[in-house]
Amino acid sequence: MNRRSILKSCAAVISLLALVPLHALAAAWNRQAFESDKVEGALQGLGVTGDESSPEIEIIAPQMAENGAIIQIEVISRIPGTEAISILAEKNPTPLIANFMFSNGAEPYLITRIKMAETADLKVIVKANDKYYSASRRIEVAVGGCG
Amino acid sequence: MADMMKIRARLKDGVTEVKVLMIHPMETGRRINDVGETVPAHFIQMVTATLNGKTVLEAQWGTGISKNPYLTFRLRGASLGDKLAVSWVDNKGATNAIEGVVEGS
Repeated sequence: MNRRSILKSCAAVISLLALVPLHALAAAWNRQAFESDKVEGALQGLGVTGDESSPEIEIIAPQMAENGAIIQIEVISRIPGTEAISILAEKNPTPLIANFMFSNGAEPYLITRIKMAETADLKVIVKANDKYYSASRRIEVAVGGCG
Repeated sequence: MADMMKIRARLKDGVTEVKVLMIHPMETGRRINDVGETVPAHFIQMVTATLNGKTVLEAQWGTGISKNPYLTFRLRGASLGDKLAVSWVDNKGATNAIEGVVEGS
């Protein structure tokens, strides 16, 4: 192999490497937060240092869920500068359900379906301008869905 | 693999509503099957949505998202024909992705 071909193959490897980290750079899964069996631990894992209750967060969910395995929830944040919405079910074996991060024109809005082990408060944490806001909603669960 | 996901994006009054359905068992790791064995955890951990290649939504999920996850999100500033892509990665490293275009309502 002459010098030129070595340089060429190096360049090829480097350009391949340059493509890979794009994916690796995306934040790694937050194991500490998701595997915590307590709300406090999950919040700590998310870096939430304290949250202020806000009427600008709306949670639309059934008051009573027959089946805890599928509960459709809708969350809307009207707090300007909302960057992320986290969803926690206080009595689930691992309370943190999801953390959604919005950018480039995505509205702080989502609908998804969650599992709840038993009747509990559904807690939503909104991150906006490096501050945290929260809202809660009680959901009665007839048959738990966290098996 | 594309049949493992569905996507629909509709633009109305300046807001594009995107609906995504993923086919995945979302096992918590706590379920006991019919023969008394614990089914290992198997769940989607990360979901990424892009509009014309630009990230608009990044989600991290735990085991509390229901089986065959469903998600609606909304975008401002998208135009008819814009390309949307949604991909996921689960705890076993499996991935899937789907593409869609913004349609009129």
